[in-house]
Amino acid sequence: MASIKKDKVDVVLVGFGWTGAIMGQELTNDGLKVVALERGGPRDTPTDAEYPKVLDELAYSVRGKLFQDLSKETVTIRHSVEEVAVPYRQNGSFLLGNGVGGAGFHWNGMHYRNLPEELQLYTRTVERYGKKFIPKDMMLQDHGVSYDDLEPHYDFFEKVCGTSGKAGNIDGKIVPGGNPLEGRRSSEFPLPPLQQTYAQELFEKASKEAGFHPFPAPADNASAPYTNPYGVRLGPCNYCGYCENYGCFMYSKASPQTTILPVLLKKPNFELRTHSYVTRVNVDKSGKMATGVTYIDAQGNEVEQPADLVILTAFQVHNTRLMLLSGIGKPYDPATGEGVVGKNLAYQMNGGTRIVMPKGNYFNPFEGTGAGVWAFDDMNADQFDHAPYGFIGGAVIRQATTGGRPIKQAAPMPGSPNWGSGWKAGMVDAYQRTFGFGMSGSVMAYRDAYISLDPTYKDSHGLPLARMTFDWHDNEFKMLAHMGQAAEKVAQAMKPEKYYVSVRKPGSHWDTRVYQSTHLTGGTIMGADPKTSVLNRYLQSWDVPNLFVMGASTFPYNMGYNPTGLLGALAYWSVKAIREQYMKNQGRPLVQA
Amino acid sequence: MTDSQDSKPRRRFLQTLAVVPASTLAAGAALKTSQAETLTNAPPAGAAYAPTYFDKAEWAFIQAAVDHLIPADDLGPGALVAGVPEFIDRQMETPYGHGKLWYMQGPFHPGVDPTYGWQISLVPREVYRHGIADCNAYCQKQHGKAFVDLDKAAQEQVLKDMEAGKPQFANVASKTFFGQLLGNTKEGFLSDPQYGGNKHMVGWKMIGFTGARGDFVGWPEKGNVKYPYGPVSISGEKA
Repeated sequence: MASIKKDKVDVVLVGFGWTGAIMGQELTNDGLKVVALERGGPRDTPTDAEYPKVLDELAYSVRGKLFQDLSKETVTIRHSVEEVAVPYRQNGSFLLGNGVGGAGFHWNGMHYRNLPEELQLYTRTVERYGKKFIPKDMMLQDHGVSYDDLEPHYDFFEKVCGTSGKAGNIDGKIVPGGNPLEGRRSSEFPLPPLQQTYAQELFEKASKEAGFHPFPAPADNASAPYTNPYGVRLGPCNYCGYCENYGCFMYSKASPQTTILPVLLKKPNFELRTHSYVTRVNVDKSGKMATGVTYIDAQGNEVEQPADLVILTAFQVHNTRLMLLSGIGKPYDPATGEGVVGKNLAYQMNGGTRIVMPKGNYFNPFEGTGAGVWAFDDMNADQFDHAPYGFIGGAVIRQATTGGRPIKQAAPMPGSPNWGSGWKAGMVDAYQRTFGFGMSGSVMAYRDAYISLDPTYKDSHGLPLARMTFDWHDNEFKMLAHMGQAAEKVAQAMKPEKYYVSVRKPGSHWDTRVYQSTHLTGGTIMGADPKTSVLNRYLQSWDVPNLFVMGASTFPYNMGYNPTGLLGALAYWSVKAIREQYMKNQGRPLVQA
Repeated sequence: MTDSQDSKPRRRFLQTLAVVPASTLAAGAALKTSQAETLTNAPPAGAAYAPTYFDKAEWAFIQAAVDHLIPADDLGPGALVAGVPEFIDRQMETPYGHGKLWYMQGPFHPGVDPTYGWQISLVPREVYRHGIADCNAYCQKQHGKAFVDLDKAAQEQVLKDMEAGKPQFANVASKTFFGQLLGNTKEGFLSDPQYGGNKHMVGWKMIGFTGARGDFVGWPEKGNVKYPYGPVSISGEKA
């Protein structure tokens, strides 16, 4: 079949972003021979984030220089199972990463832990509100791990990234200056918080006046020079305002390149092969053991890479698609509710608030960091009694000053015309005296939201595209309306000249044209039962025990927070189990079904 | 090894050469721009540029249309002085203009809900070619003249109607064409000058954006203090 067959290795990693780098770094410590296959090209700070060339909004944010080349592969989308899905032809609602470092090279750097109840949301909801509180079509289930299980791994991943922040709860003791609602932390953040912007100063004050508990949110933009446990050094952030969509020329934003790769790429028992597009995971005749993967290399050769252990470390939709293309696990069927692969596709529902302050206010929006955020958790997860409101979930409400880039980040004064002298006047008037703060809301899993293979559209290799069936549900409309009320209290406390709260209109459809969030989750979810999950609590496939899957595809639903903190902690949790348990009994399940 | 040692100083020398004339040009240009701010009828800076993609009639259309979308006025130069037509023409020759950044495999279902985004088979350069021809045909039918020959008020009305999707065009929806044109016009006005638009950073200066300055250590914590310095471009031009 394959025109080239490589020598067998101990471990093959599919995809080389955050989780690929973590798995590679940790597994090579035991002397294992590890090969990572990355579909995109090499990427590094000097070559892809060089000052001043990188500060180019058109090339990076508008034309998407670092994103997946959609002309070769995209996804198809439909709102409901009755519709024919159509391709996501241009970048809009989400931005898929590509190349070494994946989206971890061009992310903002928001690095949250979960609130403890979020990992056991089903149990918590049933205990607090009763089973009937869960809507009929909602597929709520626990992650299968607890916050306490993950705490050491959250902690270590923060130390790898040099996260800037302020603890609010150390060993159960509330510490002033941090988030009093967060879960117990075993240590303070590696670095102090970033500088507070003027908009954040107003946000902090107004949030307090409105009765909330604002805190400087954890940011992977280094507030000071830092050396991580691997011996890799980050430089201090200079607030350049080009984080998301860009590589960091200052070596300040944590990425695989700035935290792990300088060490990993030098190891003799590690090999990275770029431009290697994995098309399937191969299994033996029994179908119960993976034998390696097949990929197409830069020259178009089909290559077989045998391995004892296969770990999918690609983006959420790619992990899921590869499972479906490989025929591993039972594909989910929304008609019967049976099957697991592809199920629980979730997203985030966001709202916004725009504040217009009187003339003489200067927010200097270009003085920005990707993740230097002020936030509060009072309305997030299950931090308040949901019983009167009849929905599950919540949002982190926060002010982020990520940059003042004029094409994508500047908007004229609300009510201005789209063009002409009125547009110019609106842009000039709004640029310095307006700012926004957002609501980043959770999205639960539903029976009719899932990933499958598209019957019509193909990638450039002739393989079916992943098809996403997804739309908003009433629970989330109710959630965001409630968040909007909280945001309005904060807006009013700022005593602005004007303010505008925007939340989604009930019944409106997912608009794929407008950027919302790249935080897609689910498809290969973790859990306690093989009937309702693809992976066990160690992210090991229930069906093929020498196959593990990392990343946000393992989340049973999506939280309001950004996913990187959780997916990093889960990778460290999983790799510990692989090193300490699995390798002693290779090919055996870590959890009995 | 020897190659890379050799090439470094040479590259540095070339950069030095490139920078000197650019900054000389910048100083002269700053003068021109301030004149343009008072003389709104000054000849557009992009007038000397010879288009590669657009033909003569299309080029005249682009110039006339973008002058409405971002006009010169009390707030400063508009799209013409900024070089937006040059920007758009140059974009037509990029992978973007050829639709190479998008998934363009069929079948196409242009009639689906607009929330699914771009679902037509045309790429940007085709949208312009068809859109300009369709718009001129529409103007001929309504007014007996091509778009560029209409008076300013009539041109403005045609653009407003296109924005609302009122005129029925033969080959591309008028609203789609208008959206393409407006989007690219704003990109040209606000992107780094290396792409031919935003000449002398007129767009950035207008709103107060700092461009590729990229260093604000110590500034965020100052609170309500206006950042005092103007923009720099990727080539090192300052304003």
